[in-house]
Amino acid sequence: MSAAFTARGLVKRYGAVTALDGVDLDVEEGELVGLLGPNGAGKSTLVKIGCGLVRATAGEAAVCGSRAGSAQARAAMGYLAELFRFPGWSSADEVLLLHQRLARSSGGPGERGELLELVGLADAHARRVEDMSKGMQQRLGIAQALVGSPRFLFLDEPTSALDPGGRRTVRRLLEELRSRGIAVLLNSHLLSEIELVCDRVAILSRGRIVAEGRPSELARPRGVEVDVDGGTRVFTGAGRADAPRLVADLVAAGEHVYGVRVLESTLEEIYLEAVGEDAG
Amino acid sequence: MLVLTAAFVGLYWLGANQAFDTVDEAQPPREAILAGIDTRTLTGATLFGLSMFGTLFLGAVLAAFLTLGVVRGDAERGLLQPLVVRPVGRGVLLLGRFAAAAAVCAVYVLAVFGANLWITWSAGGWRPDRIAEPALQLAGAVCVIAALSLLGSVFLSSTANGIAVFMVFGAGLVAGLLGQIGEVLDSDTLTRVAEISSWVLPFEALYQDGLVAITADTTGFTEFALQLGPFGGAQAAGPFLWPWTLAYLALVGGGAYAAFARKDL
Repeated sequence: MSAAFTARGLVKRYGAVTALDGVDLDVEEGELVGLLGPNGAGKSTLVKIGCGLVRATAGEAAVCGSRAGSAQARAAMGYLAELFRFPGWSSADEVLLLHQRLARSSGGPGERGELLELVGLADAHARRVEDMSKGMQQRLGIAQALVGSPRFLFLDEPTSALDPGGRRTVRRLLEELRSRGIAVLLNSHLLSEIELVCDRVAILSRGRIVAEGRPSELARPRGVEVDVDGGTRVFTGAGRADAPRLVADLVAAGEHVYGVRVLESTLEEIYLEAVGEDAG
Repeated sequence: MLVLTAAFVGLYWLGANQAFDTVDEAQPPREAILAGIDTRTLTGATLFGLSMFGTLFLGAVLAAFLTLGVVRGDAERGLLQPLVVRPVGRGVLLLGRFAAAAAVCAVYVLAVFGANLWITWSAGGWRPDRIAEPALQLAGAVCVIAALSLLGSVFLSSTANGIAVFMVFGAGLVAGLLGQIGEVLDSDTLTRVAEISSWVLPFEALYQDGLVAITADTTGFTEFALQLGPFGGAQAAGPFLWPWTLAYLALVGGGAYAAFARKDL
């Protein structure tokens, strides 16, 4: 697989402040990667460099093989900013039409209708942005990012303004994007969301990637829980490989075993361990 | 803007009719008759010159309003980022915003100029010696103001840029007044300062040259009497005014693009 997004040795300094300090990251075609980190870790800066909104002090970034920020890279990607606004007087359909023109998309009304349907705004196509709730504007923002059939999406906090129903819509949308082969770099504070949908996570702290991999790879064994007659017994330090032996020992000792659970650290625990003191 | 314009044009209509009625009813001063001063031309040209200033001011307000937040202001509100990441690029976006603002401002200024021309003609039967030339110069002047505001928007927040644009506009006016004072006092230094300032801020040079054009064929004591009034600020700029204005727009536009291209959003 070729990379939809690559970052090599990315450094960004704002005066004396180092926002990114040598970041290397790959997002493969069709892969959904979650970007985690505390406030000020450099997540949005990384996304903005990828979009060409911010210039890197050093290092390189590329989108679908083209230098980040170049016209080719911008043609291949979609972007939902963390803080964005559309003109209040324009309707949902007009916003998408404008972005179709800017993206030189030939999708026409069919593409606009499909995108509004995808984000659950089919009935609101003629509604003005100023008459929409924040959640609806957020979903319109996601539809806007998908104009022009991008191969790669930067989504910066796409669910920040959404209620649980809206978040579920976005999760389904992300799964739909994955099924279409669209790669996504998802920047979010919602660990549960990342855990549910992402193939891989990268944890950023103080401008550096401090942990990266599949959630299952990053997870550490925390023990094995076994339900027996007297209640639940916890074997701290044991892992999945130890479970058959533990059950056999208990049965041999005359215990009745009703259930076995292998305990692994959650993404939240992995995250807190990775970012350390920065988490607060 | 529409209310402001309607108020301005309405007041100009009232003022022009009152002024011409007064001139028609009153006996011209004996000195004016002896000197051969055409009081209708003096009244019409003075009124129309003032209306040109009003038109330029309203055009400047519109130009600033349309462009003061194009880059930093829109970026701070989150309007710019979704547009900039599209393949069209920053240069096209900036040029598009300038072209749109310049077109709106130019059409607006031409419309107000035309309305005032009609009012002056219908109230007193006077019309400027040149019509197209001062009209286009006013349109050019507001385009220059729009370009300066666009440049300012790259560096300044919307409020700060609005204030800066009107300070620059005021500086141009002060330069014109200095020139007027310099003419009266016969001060080469003041006249020179005013001349340089009007070229540094060519919207002022365009306005001054436009004032000259509306009484281009007026001669004798009437011309002299006009020089004593607001037309003291009128200065012929010569054949290099338009080439310089175009070069100035290119320089300001180039500067805005260079700064915008390097700006982190």
